[in-house]
Amino acid sequence: MKKSILILSLLLMAVSSLSAQKYLTRTGQVSFLSETPVENIEADHKQVTSIFNSETGDLVFSLLLKGFQFEKELMQEHFNEKYVESDKYPKSTFKGSITNMDEVDLSKDGTYQVKVEGSLIIHGVTQPVSTDGVITVDGGKIKAEATFPIALEDYEIEVPSIVRESIAENISIEVTMNYEPFKK
Amino acid sequence: MKRSLPLLFGYVLLIGLILPLNLQAQEDEDDLMAMLEEMEEEPVNYALATFKGVRLINAHSIEMPGEGVLQMMISHRFGRVNGGAYEFFGLDQANMRLGFEYGIKPWLCVGIGRSNVFKTYDSFLKVRLFRQKSGAETFPFTIVAYSNMAINTLRFTDPSRENFFTSRLNYTHQLMIARKFGERLSLQLMPTMVHRNLVATRAEQNDVFAMGIGGRVKVTRSMTINFEYFYLLPGNTADNFQNSLSIGVDIETGGHVFQLMFTNSVAMSENLFIPQTTGDWLAGDIHLGFNLGRVFTVKRK
Repeated sequence: MKKSILILSLLLMAVSSLSAQKYLTRTGQVSFLSETPVENIEADHKQVTSIFNSETGDLVFSLLLKGFQFEKELMQEHFNEKYVESDKYPKSTFKGSITNMDEVDLSKDGTYQVKVEGSLIIHGVTQPVSTDGVITVDGGKIKAEATFPIALEDYEIEVPSIVRESIAENISIEVTMNYEPFKK
Repeated sequence: MKRSLPLLFGYVLLIGLILPLNLQAQEDEDDLMAMLEEMEEEPVNYALATFKGVRLINAHSIEMPGEGVLQMMISHRFGRVNGGAYEFFGLDQANMRLGFEYGIKPWLCVGIGRSNVFKTYDSFLKVRLFRQKSGAETFPFTIVAYSNMAINTLRFTDPSRENFFTSRLNYTHQLMIARKFGERLSLQLMPTMVHRNLVATRAEQNDVFAMGIGGRVKVTRSMTINFEYFYLLPGNTADNFQNSLSIGVDIETGGHVFQLMFTNSVAMSENLFIPQTTGDWLAGDIHLGFNLGRVFTVKRK
């Protein structure tokens, strides 16, 4: 009798885990800024895809580098052609999780401070990253925001000496995702 | 023995439940990524930066200033290097062109220029018809149509006779067919027709046909080696003039493209350098020259 209860409870656990809620967006936003005294270079991307598993806190996002829009045409060309080499490495991805998911209650409206850890792939180079983010729950809608500071050097993106003054060594990447429930 | 069968069943069930649970927890990030990849549609991948600049060397390339971008271009062709030390290897003489071109649309550009060779004003229109692309849609070439009108404004040689303004006009029509073969190599074919309203003698051709070929090899991220050759189709022009041949380098420094070249042509508009090149490479009739381009973003995105 005891065993059957154990089995039953395990079964229930398994079922609840299998129905874990996933959230999706195809219109996530990622922008970055390079700030130098010579010039500021800004770009944004509005077609980032991302899936978030609210049960485990696992989080992935992916974008095509050619989708970054720059203020100046030539910057966009040079970004793709000379720096991230988007013909060779078309995608950039993040794979990680929210480590303090237990402090977040998605069924309740509010703002939650979260810690994000994972690995970021840019220019074919994988680097571990960790940062603080914010999850906002408003009327069942989930918005996730985070900023990742990165160093170009870590991703083997070389800046020629001739333009070194106009491109910052450290870039901050801002991520904003408005998730919707994912139904398969 | 009777009790152990349900027990065994229970263990199997237990293992069967726990095992996938654990696996799922471990692989979840990867699972999510796989799910994401499954949903992604294959994008259309346009060939980017087939050439560094809007000029191959003397000829145009399929590249254009972006929408709302003004490109200023200063070009010089010095004298012949075989002039020797007395002429400082040609640098004592300079032929120049100052030009501006503007991207109205990503696929449409107009330009004007003034050159001291025959006091020529030129204006042109460049339209991109097809783009090289791969991925969800494919097309092997980028094709650009180019038309140029050049006005020779030298004083008429014989003012006593009746002269017409239309005699000053020259037209060039060209198709540029380019392909980027991977990161390093790009090639461009340029079937060209030059029409001159007035030529000096009856024997000279009003219409001159030529086939141009050019390309670039990327040496570093910021530097390419370019070449360009125009073959004059047989006729009076081909008999009396040289085919234009140029070799150069492109150095790109952010907002500037600096092109340095050796060429047997001295003029910088198609109606002159294609049918009227007199320099012979083998005789050392080679001109050092440069194009300096600078872009100004007039209209921000």
